[in-house]
Amino acid sequence: MKRIRTLTVVAAATLALAACGSSDPLGDDDSTTASTGGAADGGTVVVGSQQYYSNEIIAEVYAQALEAAGYEVDRQYQIGQREVYLPELESGAIDILPEYSGNLLQYYDSGTTATTPDEVVAALGEALPEGLRVLEPATAADQDSFNVTAEFAEEWGLESIGDLAEVDVPLIVGANSEFETRPYGPAGLSEVYGVEVTVLPIEDSGGPLTVKALQDGTVNVADIYSADPTIQENGFVTLEDPEALVLPQQVVPLVSDRVDEEIAAVLNGVSAELTTADLVAMNARSVTEQLASDVIASDWLAEKGLV
Amino acid sequence: MNQLAAAWQWILDPAHWAGPDGIPVRMWEHLWYTFAAVGIAAAIAIPIGLAIGHTGRGRALAVGSTSAARAIPTLGLITLLALMWGVGLTAPMVAFVVLAIPSILAGAYAGVDSVEPHVTDAATAMGMTGTQVLGRVEVPLALPMIWGGIRAGTLQVVATATLAAYVGSGGLGRYLFRGLKTQDYPQMLASALLVVGLAIALEAVLAFAQRVMVPRGVRERSRR
Amino acid sequence: MTWVLANLGLLLDRTLAHLALAVPSILAAFALSIPLGWAAFRYRLIRGPLLTGAGLLYAIPSLPLFVALPALIGTGARDAVNVIVALTLYGIALMTRSVADALAAVPPETHQSATALGYSPWGRFWLVEIPLAGPAILAGLRVVTVSTVSLVTVSAVLGVDSLGLLFTDGFQRGIVAEVVAGLVLTIVVALALDAAAVLAGRILMPWTRVGRPRRRRRAQPAVEVGV
Repeated sequence: MKRIRTLTVVAAATLALAACGSSDPLGDDDSTTASTGGAADGGTVVVGSQQYYSNEIIAEVYAQALEAAGYEVDRQYQIGQREVYLPELESGAIDILPEYSGNLLQYYDSGTTATTPDEVVAALGEALPEGLRVLEPATAADQDSFNVTAEFAEEWGLESIGDLAEVDVPLIVGANSEFETRPYGPAGLSEVYGVEVTVLPIEDSGGPLTVKALQDGTVNVADIYSADPTIQENGFVTLEDPEALVLPQQVVPLVSDRVDEEIAAVLNGVSAELTTADLVAMNARSVTEQLASDVIASDWLAEKGLV
Repeated sequence: MNQLAAAWQWILDPAHWAGPDGIPVRMWEHLWYTFAAVGIAAAIAIPIGLAIGHTGRGRALAVGSTSAARAIPTLGLITLLALMWGVGLTAPMVAFVVLAIPSILAGAYAGVDSVEPHVTDAATAMGMTGTQVLGRVEVPLALPMIWGGIRAGTLQVVATATLAAYVGSGGLGRYLFRGLKTQDYPQMLASALLVVGLAIALEAVLAFAQRVMVPRGVRERSRR
Repeated sequence: MTWVLANLGLLLDRTLAHLALAVPSILAAFALSIPLGWAAFRYRLIRGPLLTGAGLLYAIPSLPLFVALPALIGTGARDAVNVIVALTLYGIALMTRSVADALAAVPPETHQSATALGYSPWGRFWLVEIPLAGPAILAGLRVVTVSTVSLVTVSAVLGVDSLGLLFTDGFQRGIVAEVVAGLVLTIVVALALDAAAVLAGRILMPWTRVGRPRRRRRAQPAVEVGV
């Protein structure tokens, strides 16, 4: 009996050590699909994404396009914050990540005066640090937009953001908490359009909770990303932004120095085909049909004849 | 380390004490979320725990469901409930109550359990009914452990009430998520410091309350 | 349900990543709590500060701790090590008191008998005190196991791979099935590890397998006693 007990202790200890050993604490090997770990260099490209389902779809499109071109891809999705992945991009731990031109520019240069899509991309070229660059932007854009219900728009005759200044009731905006300090947040709204708002922070990036809050009147304005299918589905009215308070947010690949011309060519080929309508449709497939990003990505690539 | 210093500066900044988003407001929200949740949890868990300890029945079920309830990740529960019920206080409140119940339930039945059989036998021998035994003998003797369960539950809820801000409610979590999402680490760490401070204060108050409310005879007994 | 069936691979990946974070943390917390708990038990002066410190540690909300640790110990915010260190700290916070109380509950006469029988202090600790304190330590370990598994999910907000990503993703896309799957799997993993701990306890402490003496049922009022 005692021998069995001793053997069990030894076995358990061995298993414990093995478990500790096999989880490689020094590597971020949290790939979502079965792909390579292995050799650091060679033909392995690392594609990352933000913690935003739509961004993951775009990243998956890049990844599959690269795989079709013969590269091995290591996927690192759902990274939370810019300041987590930007250093990793600079150091070359991540190679490619889909970004949004306007927000990326404002991250590095919050006082930028660029307003048109081309100005933003040009300014990015200067604002980005050593080791990072952006490739060709797609026409697809996905930006913060101010939305109200159709009834609310009709009641107050709202067409553009400036019209909100006419509204008598207190304005509450439902948005992610970072909205509070963004240039297009309460400060920007007040300065550019003379509109005073308070913010109700909801951390679902314009997702179902924000939509519900807008529908049942808990908030009367919602910051929903323009490529979100729920805007059309619910008949929300997106308020126009003639003063370009929100910078254009074109989808653009942010890449590290390790990315060479061949890889860039593949990504530019994808960007050339990606329109906003495509993005909205892909998002709809994710949210409404609840499909996984790899299915959505491969369908789109096949449809466009890119693979 | 200078992050902590910056966080401390953030707390000391008088601008952060004024207005509807000021520290006193958020702290007050945080406190009453905690008290409400623990209060509701206690109202549910203590009667059940006392019944289990007193009758000896259902203990296995209680232990099992306590373990399972402890395993529920609060973030996940709040997310699920919010998806069903929308923005507002209901979803986080329910999640906090679920969080607090296991500790309070465990305290209650373990407390009654810990009363030695010969004491209750003596009480019964003196002619007390079951309810009288429970009320006059078991509960006072179990009080330290019951209160210990409430203290543990309170501590857990205070630390977790930051999640109310995830779905649009208030509390000190507002600073946490805003700081996290805007990379304003002093603000985020300040939120953590405030929560810890609140926890310390609550612990001190609850510990003092324990000394006051627990009968002296029982206090002697439980001090080892 | 269809979502679950269509994404079994994803669920498996998340579960494995979750285990890779939870198990090392639990084991590390266990290993470190024994000496700390013993110190708290043995040296009166340390006991107060150590246990209070442990209690306060548990009060630190997990998200700021995950974010603050990189500045303190130089890990990356997304590193598994970062999460494991934080969870180990929480585990120690919970378990130290259990170990200290468990050791304190060993009757003093046992120490004396053991010494009288010729055990060295080291031998007495490992061969007498720990086995006797075993069941109570195991109870503490079970609580740590379950709460660690639950806490891992919070790191998802930072992008660390675990079952928690099912919450954040399901939240954004409004897929209730995904959130429920995450909840169910987290609970299942916690209960499975809990059962493993109980099993380990039964194997390593065979004397506890003997049924505990049943607590005497409440006797009926004095009528039955033939007085």
